[in-house]
Amino acid sequence: MNLANSFRLDGREIPFQPGQTLMDAALAAGAYIPHLCHNPELAPHGSCRVCVVRVGGRLVSACTAPAAAGLEVASDTPDIQASRRAILQMLFVEGNHICPACEKTGACQLQAVAYYVGMLEPHFTHFFPRRDVDASHPDYVIDFNRCILCELCVRASRDLDGKHVFAISGRGIDSRLVIESPTGKLGDSAFAATDRAAHVCPVGAILPKRGAYSVPIGQRLYDREPISQVGDVAANEGRARS
Amino acid sequence: MPLSSHDTVKRMVTGLLTARGHEPDLLLQHLIAIQLAYSYVPEIAVEVLSSVLGVTRSRIRACVDFYAFLHARPRGDYDVLFSDNITDRMAGSEALRQQLTKRLGVRLDQTRGDGRVTVSLTSCTGMCDQGPAMLVNGLAVTALTPKRIERIGELVEAGVPLEHWPAKFFVVEDHIHRAGDLLSNAEKMSAGLQRFLDLGPQAALGELEASVLRGRGGAGFTTALKWRICRDSPGDERFVVCNADEGEPGTFKDRVLLARYPDLVFKGMTLCAGIIGARKGYLYLRGEYRHMLPRLEWVLSRRREQGLLGWDICGQPGFDFDIEIHLGAGAYVCGEESALIESLEGKRGVVRKRPPYPVVSGFQGRPTVVNNVETFLAAARIVEWGGHWFRGEGTQQSAGSKILSVSGDVARPGIYEYPFGTPVSRVLEDCGGTGAQAVQVSGAAGVTLAPSEFSRTLSFEDLPTSGSFMVLGPDRDLMDMTRNFARFFAHESCGFCTPCRVGNRLLEALVEKVAAGKASAYDLEEMRQIGNLMRQASYCGLGTTAANHVRDILDKFPDTFQRRLRPGSDFTPAFDLDAALAAARAITGRNDAGAHLEEA
Ligand SMILES: Cc1cc2nc3c(=O)[nH]c(=O)nc-3n(C[C@H](O)[C@H](O)[C@H](O)COP(=O)(O)O)c2cc1C
Ligand code: SF4
Ligand code: SF4
Repeated sequence: MNLANSFRLDGREIPFQPGQTLMDAALAAGAYIPHLCHNPELAPHGSCRVCVVRVGGRLVSACTAPAAAGLEVASDTPDIQASRRAILQMLFVEGNHICPACEKTGACQLQAVAYYVGMLEPHFTHFFPRRDVDASHPDYVIDFNRCILCELCVRASRDLDGKHVFAISGRGIDSRLVIESPTGKLGDSAFAATDRAAHVCPVGAILPKRGAYSVPIGQRLYDREPISQVGDVAANEGRARS
Repeated sequence: MPLSSHDTVKRMVTGLLTARGHEPDLLLQHLIAIQLAYSYVPEIAVEVLSSVLGVTRSRIRACVDFYAFLHARPRGDYDVLFSDNITDRMAGSEALRQQLTKRLGVRLDQTRGDGRVTVSLTSCTGMCDQGPAMLVNGLAVTALTPKRIERIGELVEAGVPLEHWPAKFFVVEDHIHRAGDLLSNAEKMSAGLQRFLDLGPQAALGELEASVLRGRGGAGFTTALKWRICRDSPGDERFVVCNADEGEPGTFKDRVLLARYPDLVFKGMTLCAGIIGARKGYLYLRGEYRHMLPRLEWVLSRRREQGLLGWDICGQPGFDFDIEIHLGAGAYVCGEESALIESLEGKRGVVRKRPPYPVVSGFQGRPTVVNNVETFLAAARIVEWGGHWFRGEGTQQSAGSKILSVSGDVARPGIYEYPFGTPVSRVLEDCGGTGAQAVQVSGAAGVTLAPSEFSRTLSFEDLPTSGSFMVLGPDRDLMDMTRNFARFFAHESCGFCTPCRVGNRLLEALVEKVAAGKASAYDLEEMRQIGNLMRQASYCGLGTTAANHVRDILDKFPDTFQRRLRPGSDFTPAFDLDAALAAARAITGRNDAGAHLEEA
């Protein structure tokens, strides 16, 4: 292996191409680094912080850190998994995630990553925010209770669909997803079921209508195999509900 | 303000667009003007801006929602914001706030029924040496006293326009108490560019290199290197940006520098432009300093007349540079250089992904130098007096002097300039901070020093500082400070990344739990853990420093929290069962003993 173009991830040699991030290279080499806001089709974002890895004593997000020759990168260590667990717990208490009652259960990336990092309880005090459900669109429903602000839909709509259907509004803990339409409703927007933005949400926030339980609970994507094997929701779209 | 008819608003917005321009970058500036005219941003204004600027409605609304000084619903004709820094509180702002709301019959954050007035709190307005302070329709009112508040109540009730309020209410003092190398004789220093032209850009950069000047905004990056990288980065255009966001609680020196020496700051920006090859510069002035805008605009136009800005500066063909002022609108995070650039581009002030750094890809994706006000002023002096002159003071890694904003429990709050390497105790002696129990250095994001640390020195080696120096006297309760800071960060987090967005809110709730006497030792450990995560995993400097105050109190002033813990309890749930029963009591109309939980 050409060491001039590789780094070590938990001791494993990972080759990379110039311009790749740690995440790009790891994914290409089949090494899993847990993540939520990353999707290889879209520009790196770095907001969820689930993919933090340790490089030279500091935590950096693997999805934004450029790969460089000779780096020693730690990912699957008890302290990093603990940090990720706490970040996951923060995401769980920030929204309203009632997994047993959610139609995405078993095929949800938030849930799957939580299992992967060994999160067993939400730990922090729940915020129980009041958020809406928008069922105005004929084919899709948005349940804002489950949105984790990963901006995948924002980026997909803007960069892949060229539509700007979604945006993030507000700031701090009041940040929220909003929809570009005269009424602010999805049904009055340019959103269509064929949009890429309809197929990137890692959680149960953007869901197709009719077909919620076509795959029984217990046989869903992450019921069958852990996320470290099968990868993201977006990469499995279709398969997840077929 | 009366809800204006669609047509008037449309006319006003169209007029704005014609007067200032149709570039999407101007969105925030237009929104600020609309807010000022109508006390909110009417929906029709959003429509017009959207169609003319080609920016989506949701992005415009998102912008209104992000900035604390913009509103989607009308505020009162008088929009009163009490500065809520800990120094304002120490000077009695809370009682004054209550006096005013009572006098006006208005509740905090609620516009009075007749639309006359709204009273709210806002993050530090940079008047810590002359607080308590407030903003009325964006203009600073300082040195509040019960008498002044009473008078303000009368003026509001009588509907007197701000122009007719007593001028002394709006006086903002400079309070320069100690001038060092930078500030001594600064008045006499040439505001012109002759020396720079004599040297030429290469030699001028050489002087800056010899000075080893490091940025004064906090991070301390070597200024000459920043300018060199920017100059050498590929791009068809380059920009110079002066960071006058000065949002760190307790700092106000940039305000004084811009009030007293605007020419030197603009000169510094112009030198930078000459060195890196920029034709356009921006001064990003925090909204809290809007009172300075007319004078700064005037100085710029005078410099244009003097041939110090504009085309062919000082008759040098091709030396073209001009400066435009953009206002902020109440967002601390916009002091972070990449969030500042987003804001300059008219967007929400959310931090950008780095790399690339602004020197390579900044404003409009072009190489951009962002420097603090003080850095530009120092650069102007260095080019005039030489790098060795500057290097003559300070320490190994911290050349020159630092300008401090001193406030809190001191006899003489104001501006003090010291050579780097000066111990904290020396500053305390000079400003009359006798018996201090703690000094908060470098703002809410900085460090809380205990008396045993007062021999530490202000320098990049020991105590790097943006200049904020807040003194807490012997009788203060540090709990008040930590509550104030926790609220501040929860309010100011941009919300982009999980640890800062959620962590700050969790931290704030835990600090409040301690303050309410409901916490246990478990909660203190929780605070430490959350703080550690925020420090390590947050995306930008706001999140990584936001828990510093909690850690410092836990480590250095443990009694502040310890003595408030609920006795004999290892764990107290955050969920208050008895409080939850309140709704049931209200519905059933019961209030007997059986409708309450027994007090444990
Ligand atoms: C949350 C946050 C707020 C900041 N606020 C300011 C500010 O108000 N003024 C400033 O000059 N730098 C501020 N900075 C630092 C800037 O990002 C940047 O480092 C600085 O403007 C560079 O200028 P300098 O090299 O002259 O210091 C802030 C940084 C962070 C993370
Ligand atoms: S709706 Fe889904 S994709 Fe969009 S920001 Fe929320 S969680 Fe991410
Ligand atoms: S740390 Fe994260 S949420 Fe906080 S201000 Fe920075 S980018 Fe925004």
